[in-house]
Amino acid sequence: MTLKKNIFAMGNEAITEGALAAGARFYAGYPITPSSEIAERSSIRLPQLGGMFVQMEDEIGSIAAVIGASAAGVKSYTATSGPGFSLMQENLGVAVMGEIPCVIVNVQRSGPSTGLATKPAQGDVMQAKWGTHGDHGIIALSPSSVQECYDLTIRAFNLAELYRTPVILLADEIIGHMREGYCPHLPKEIIERKKPLCANRDYKPYDFCGEENEIAPLAAFGSEYITRINGSGHDESGNACGRLDNADKFIRHYHEKFQKNRDDIIETKSFDLQDAEYAIITFGCSVRSGKAALKLARQKGIKVGLLQLVTIWPFPYEQVAKICEQVQGVVVPEMNLGQIQGEIRKVCPTHCSLWGINRVDSQMITPYEILAKLEEAAI
Amino acid sequence: MNYMDYLKTQDFPLFWCGGCGNGAVLGAIVRSFAALCYSKEETVVVTGIGCWGKADDYVTTNSFHGTHGRALAFATGIKLANPKLQVVVLMGDGDGVTIGGNHFIHAARRNVDVTAILVNNYNYGMTGGQYSGSTPLNSITSTSRYGHIEEGFDICQLAIAAGAPFVARTSSDDPLAMQRFITAGLNKKGFSLIEVIAPCPTHFGKNNGMRNAADLMKWVKERSISVARAHTMNEEELALKLIMGILTDTEREDYGSKYSRVIAAAQEGRRDIK
Repeated sequence: MTLKKNIFAMGNEAITEGALAAGARFYAGYPITPSSEIAERSSIRLPQLGGMFVQMEDEIGSIAAVIGASAAGVKSYTATSGPGFSLMQENLGVAVMGEIPCVIVNVQRSGPSTGLATKPAQGDVMQAKWGTHGDHGIIALSPSSVQECYDLTIRAFNLAELYRTPVILLADEIIGHMREGYCPHLPKEIIERKKPLCANRDYKPYDFCGEENEIAPLAAFGSEYITRINGSGHDESGNACGRLDNADKFIRHYHEKFQKNRDDIIETKSFDLQDAEYAIITFGCSVRSGKAALKLARQKGIKVGLLQLVTIWPFPYEQVAKICEQVQGVVVPEMNLGQIQGEIRKVCPTHCSLWGINRVDSQMITPYEILAKLEEAAI
Repeated sequence: MNYMDYLKTQDFPLFWCGGCGNGAVLGAIVRSFAALCYSKEETVVVTGIGCWGKADDYVTTNSFHGTHGRALAFATGIKLANPKLQVVVLMGDGDGVTIGGNHFIHAARRNVDVTAILVNNYNYGMTGGQYSGSTPLNSITSTSRYGHIEEGFDICQLAIAAGAPFVARTSSDDPLAMQRFITAGLNKKGFSLIEVIAPCPTHFGKNNGMRNAADLMKWVKERSISVARAHTMNEEELALKLIMGILTDTEREDYGSKYSRVIAAAQEGRRDIK
């Protein structure tokens, strides 16, 4: 890893630089607060690198252009916030079913609807998982610092290419607009999509059986292969197929390809958990409050640790269950009404208490709110 | 190249109804590909959803079958990412100018170098004959049983107003005109639209007293006039007429070509893109 010097920048800038470092060369998007800096910076930076930027007529068209560009072989991304993310759900399904790699940055803001347009929230956890209709898996990563904005954007592209899937970078207004130092180092690893090696006539873009990680190679439009991309029910060749056994096979595949690769996809970070009797489990901007609360609680002699969910989807059930098994109680601060807490509840044993700290007034959860809950629990 | 090379004949017969115009349009498209010696590897057929959106099932080129109304937006990304590709977008009237109306006008305005072949059968055939954005006033459809109270788009005028440099209209019973206009559209650098009026005897025809394709084609013919003749007519006389032929053919630099100048400026540290 070649280190570059530290830069003082906002999260949205680091996301853009992460995308470029990962090799992304196409952006299509629609302006929306609090993500617009990603579009603005991309419009300057992409042509410098020979890439392309286009501002589309809406978010539906934006993600469509991103998917199209990726199918033509160029790593592609878009950035948006709640209302735009809602509009993208339709074609997010095309990327799922067509198995087209792409990265969608959602800098979360207050909702529902237009909500408080400039204010932060963490309310799109479930939308990231279930926003587009039908059964499917998805990958969502959530940064809690400007450095993680950069690093996780690179990782998002790597996972998208490796697993032929849309990946959602679930940032939030606080992290997107916050400025702090980060190092735009050269990525340790850049994953390029697997290309077919078979004879031209044998190529089937959806023939995943027997492939490594059960991911079929993807030939770009314009290669020596004929590629048929299909967002409707299709067979291994990409031809429309209404056979019920075929639908069963592929819909299970959209789910199972993530389940089978959970160990590779899921990332969590542990802080002071070795001797912890209580745990804070959180993600995104709330990690920062959680870490400050941890320090304050430790000063007061409460044995607290913190589990940061870097990967939100697939949900780190095993990692969470292990912590819940160890501690007496878990506090889950999140700027929503318990979307992560609900997932934790699924694996939380009865001996472990589970408390949510939830704010939807667009105020960041303070360390003292978390501390108060920990003190109450530890009495 | 033989035009049959572009057809997946193993999947014939075509699933479209008897009397439908789609097969004839598909024939004109693959004949145009053959005439221009298109490489299958460098051609992408992008389709939407609907009867005409099934057309990619029958072509041997690359294909992209996306969502209802969004074909032009997918095509925009495909073409901009790889300008060497020939990108051909197949849409119906419901697909192209109703649910996809926003993408349609902006693709024309943006002038992305793709060729859109829009088959207009005046209704949603696939879902059972409901009215679309092109259904004529007073028509009976599955959702306008008392007569349609909205006026339909003039799709070609919509494209021209939005800035499309090449716009032509013909009907699916004129294979020579179809092939001529499609070939011209494919050769055009920039956004080109070919609207093909096609019969839907199953729904639109049946609902409006035209039980077979011949009746529908006759109805289209009665309303059709040439571009030359249209020039001699006033607005009142032109009402409800279908002007057939090349309606506009102008030169306008396409988005991709302009963007290559943006790249040059960015890389040379300039702020202007002349």
